Amino acid sequence: MTPDDRRYSVEHEWAKVEGDEVVVGITDFAQSQLGDVVYVELPKVGDRVEQMKVMGVIESVKAASDLFSPVSGEVVAVNDAVIDAPQKINESPYEEGWLIRVRPERLDELNNLLSAAEYERHISGQGTTG
Amino acid sequence: MTEPLLSELSVPGRPGHRVPSPEVPRADLPPAALLRDTLPLPELTELEVVRHFTRLSQLNYAVDTVFYPLGSCTMKYNPKVDDAMANLPGFAALHPYQPLELVQGALQLLAELERMLAEITGFAAVTLQPAAGAHGELTGMLMIRAYHLARGDQARRRVLVPDSAHGTNPATAAMCGYETVTIPSDARGNVDLAALERALGPDVAALMLTVPSTLGLFDERMLEITARVHRAGALVYGDGANLNALLGVARPADLGIDVFHLNLHKTFATPHGGGGPGAGPVAVRAELEPFLPVPVVRRRDDGTYYLDYERPQSIGRVRAFGGHFGVLVRAYTYLRLLGADGLRRVSEAAVLNANYLRVALQEWYEVAYNRPCMHEVVLSGRRLKAHGVRTLDVAKRLIDYGFHPPTIYFPLVVEEALMIEPTETESKATLDAFIAAMRAIAEEARQQPELLREAPHQTPVGRLDEVTAARRPVLRWPVPDWVGEPPRAAGLVPPEER
Amino acid sequence: MPFVPLTDAERRAMLERIGVRSVDDLFTLIPEPLRYPTIDLPPGEPELAAARAVQQLAARNRPASALACFLGAGVYHHYIPSAVGALASRGEFLTSYTPYQAEVSQGTLQVTFEFQSLVCELFAMEVANAGMYDGATALAEAVLMAERITHRSRVVLAGSVHPEYRAVVETYVAPRGTELVVGAVERGDTALHEQDVGDLLDERTACCVVQQPTFFGTIHDWRALRAACDRTGALLVMVCNPIALGLLRPPGDWGADIAVGEGQPLGIAMSYGGPWIGLMATRERYVRQLPGRLVGATRDVRGRRGYVLTLQAREQHIRREKATSNICTSEALLALQAAIYLSLLGPRGLRQVAESCYQYAHYAAAAIAQLPGYAVLTPEPFFHEFVVRCPVPPSELNRQLLAAGILGGLPLGRFYPALADCMLLCCTEMNTREEIDRLVAALAAARRETA
Repeated sequence: MTPDDRRYSVEHEWAKVEGDEVVVGITDFAQSQLGDVVYVELPKVGDRVEQMKVMGVIESVKAASDLFSPVSGEVVAVNDAVIDAPQKINESPYEEGWLIRVRPERLDELNNLLSAAEYERHISGQGTTG
Repeated sequence: MTEPLLSELSVPGRPGHRVPSPEVPRADLPPAALLRDTLPLPELTELEVVRHFTRLSQLNYAVDTVFYPLGSCTMKYNPKVDDAMANLPGFAALHPYQPLELVQGALQLLAELERMLAEITGFAAVTLQPAAGAHGELTGMLMIRAYHLARGDQARRRVLVPDSAHGTNPATAAMCGYETVTIPSDARGNVDLAALERALGPDVAALMLTVPSTLGLFDERMLEITARVHRAGALVYGDGANLNALLGVARPADLGIDVFHLNLHKTFATPHGGGGPGAGPVAVRAELEPFLPVPVVRRRDDGTYYLDYERPQSIGRVRAFGGHFGVLVRAYTYLRLLGADGLRRVSEAAVLNANYLRVALQEWYEVAYNRPCMHEVVLSGRRLKAHGVRTLDVAKRLIDYGFHPPTIYFPLVVEEALMIEPTETESKATLDAFIAAMRAIAEEARQQPELLREAPHQTPVGRLDEVTAARRPVLRWPVPDWVGEPPRAAGLVPPEER
Repeated sequence: MPFVPLTDAERRAMLERIGVRSVDDLFTLIPEPLRYPTIDLPPGEPELAAARAVQQLAARNRPASALACFLGAGVYHHYIPSAVGALASRGEFLTSYTPYQAEVSQGTLQVTFEFQSLVCELFAMEVANAGMYDGATALAEAVLMAERITHRSRVVLAGSVHPEYRAVVETYVAPRGTELVVGAVERGDTALHEQDVGDLLDERTACCVVQQPTFFGTIHDWRALRAACDRTGALLVMVCNPIALGLLRPPGDWGADIAVGEGQPLGIAMSYGGPWIGLMATRERYVRQLPGRLVGATRDVRGRRGYVLTLQAREQHIRREKATSNICTSEALLALQAAIYLSLLGPRGLRQVAESCYQYAHYAAAAIAQLPGYAVLTPEPFFHEFVVRCPVPPSELNRQLLAAGILGGLPLGRFYPALADCMLLCCTEMNTREEIDRLVAALAAARRETA
């Protein structure tokens, strides 16, 4: 089930508010589409990210996808654990497989994202072709 | 039995190939700071080298041993006379900087091959420089870029690419500084004309089109497509990977294509070599001739040949020295064997074979597009998912039946794609055996799907862990323990362990 | 003879199965006026006739193997041990394709893995790819790679990088607006002088490209340049001759970030321009920016060792317009030849070939330097090539040498106008003392033709 404690982008990233930071990751649908993640390229602490702009890349054996930041702001933390063990993204996309933490510029940007229910409708329309 | 690495076979002190000592007074070598301290290359005798590589060769499937129906690769028979000609010292021992009087035979061969390819494709001029199809794409797209710039048109920044296109097309467009726009295919496998029309505009430099398409289909509105692209002031780049369907049947230039690359290692029977060498000549309309890469082979009135570098509008050099001459000799020889009459017989047989497979296989597999195909047929393995098997599993099971699998998961627009190109050099008996195997596998998918999922069963190695290979890349020796047992060379197993 | 096995009876049976009357019915989508054009080519020939015609073309050439060859300049006349051709012509290697199905391609995959390893050892670099088309396109791709890594668009090339390599780089960077700066090469009376490209680097420079040995044959100490690269953040890209590396300090030792080279000298025929193979290696940290195929070692479901194409997400078939390159088919058969060559020669053999090249070139240069009217302009130390200033125009000189069965050096005027009276001479292990003595005698006897 899609956790309803966070918002979603059409590009399959999630954004969860925790205090004055936003945690970012990819959805379960995204990780299952990708297959076993072999590599992830993330921004560095201190970099600025922008909503719906490319912030990195995630790779499986057979695919490579751009990662789009769901919010604008400054990167305050990067999950080194997934860089060393990218399988965490497959195993726990919503918890241990988080990617970055961002200090958001404008929290109201989250209104541009989808709710859990809206995201579920979005992916059911997508079918199973990548 | 698999084979250890050279580094594992190496024994310090093993004598290798003997090189004569120079017979001249010895000059001092450069200072030690400029010389290397160690050279850690493996040490083997010639016999060990011969056994090692011979045994490695035996681990490969190849056209010379099995049916190899890789879609869009045209794995046809490579006539042995082509290799013999390429190996003649009068070709193989030519230095590309030799004075032209000494290489007139080579230049004549190049000029004649250009003429043959121009005649077959209907274009005005050909360059033989590019080293492979993708290199030809780069050459062709750089010429299109030069063409627009020469007209003073700097606004054309985008290139249209069908969603069925081979990955090299958008990659090439990006290397030329273009933004790619993907055009969807319609339900019949054609380019979606309405989407094309919406995308065309004064900012579009070209449409890249594979003819016939990567779906093995001839676009039902080919002339309409090329006409619309031209009306919008853009050019049509033709990817000729699939030319085996059209030899002697249609000329790409007649279809409205402006720039077209050929793959000599596909259509023109030069051997694939395990992944090259190839050659990717590019043919162009007369108005694009000024932009050809240098040098251009030219013939003087007295019948002698020379290399023309005085080409102010040329895109420049795409390769140092020349083209893949050894590959070009093979294609030239092949074309002499084929002749004008042979061309059509190739394509007719290629298309006949593919349709024969299509009609036979559609009984058990889903054919992606329900209309006659050209030289290849695309199936979808989507229905097999109900049995818990995928196209990948069908491909691996075909190995157990002694066939090299077709291309899988390409083109991307077909779910669970299986692309089969038999080529014209395969007999009906081979096709029937392939059909029988595919039928058996369809049955196994229903009754014993694990046979497919665990295939192949009889090869020296089974399915490989590609995930770990990508997570923890081991790209050179020595290899870590986790990659598995170092196999011992057959014959070196101590008696007590047998 | 198109090698089509179908008999008329089989054709009929197949057409019936398909449900069409003739093959023509399968081509109806091709507009009728365009179908079955007349192709103005002669009819097909049997093998005997075709072979005879092609042999006649070959006979109209005079190959370097029939002459005393002193021509180099990026392509070299070396001895190819017989085992190379015998092994590489095996049908299992020759007629297979890109190893997408690893279980039935372990031959090609392991050969490629061994090739990658050998290039790493030769170059003393951490990772090498399966090969590019040739040295020149490998350099062009290295420049693009450096731009990607540094996000900079200024590139400095030494003037002594092979001019045709530079031309290919120019073609590849043209769509990108790269600023290409080339170091100057000047000739003095007695020696060539090269501008120190370290002085041309700045914080906008993506990379600096140098060649070892240089196009003129010189061997340099690159420590100062490495330091200049460190100061400015530019990457160091080196173009190397793999035979020379049998003797000379490799690019990894100099701290090269990317090393490329032409693999032709390693058991591959000159063949009037190709096919050859581009060698390319880099630091492990840049591996995901490396273009071309990569083969990795792994294990199968039963724990047995095997090899697969890996890190394919960089490549065009997955990454498409964001790929590191558009390269697909490369030079697998030539990688095999190079791997066989290096296996046969081993470290001692390769060093012996390199030393032979060095000794013959020094013997020739010393003798030529004594000839009145001639001067050797390549400063020591040099490897196996050197620039000779000639009292007779080089092309004319070469015609006279040819009459004595000698293939002379490359006249340099076509690349360096200031060197129009010079040629680049090369010696390899294929030369003999007798050939060199003959060359020197012919040079001594050369006379300027009266117009």
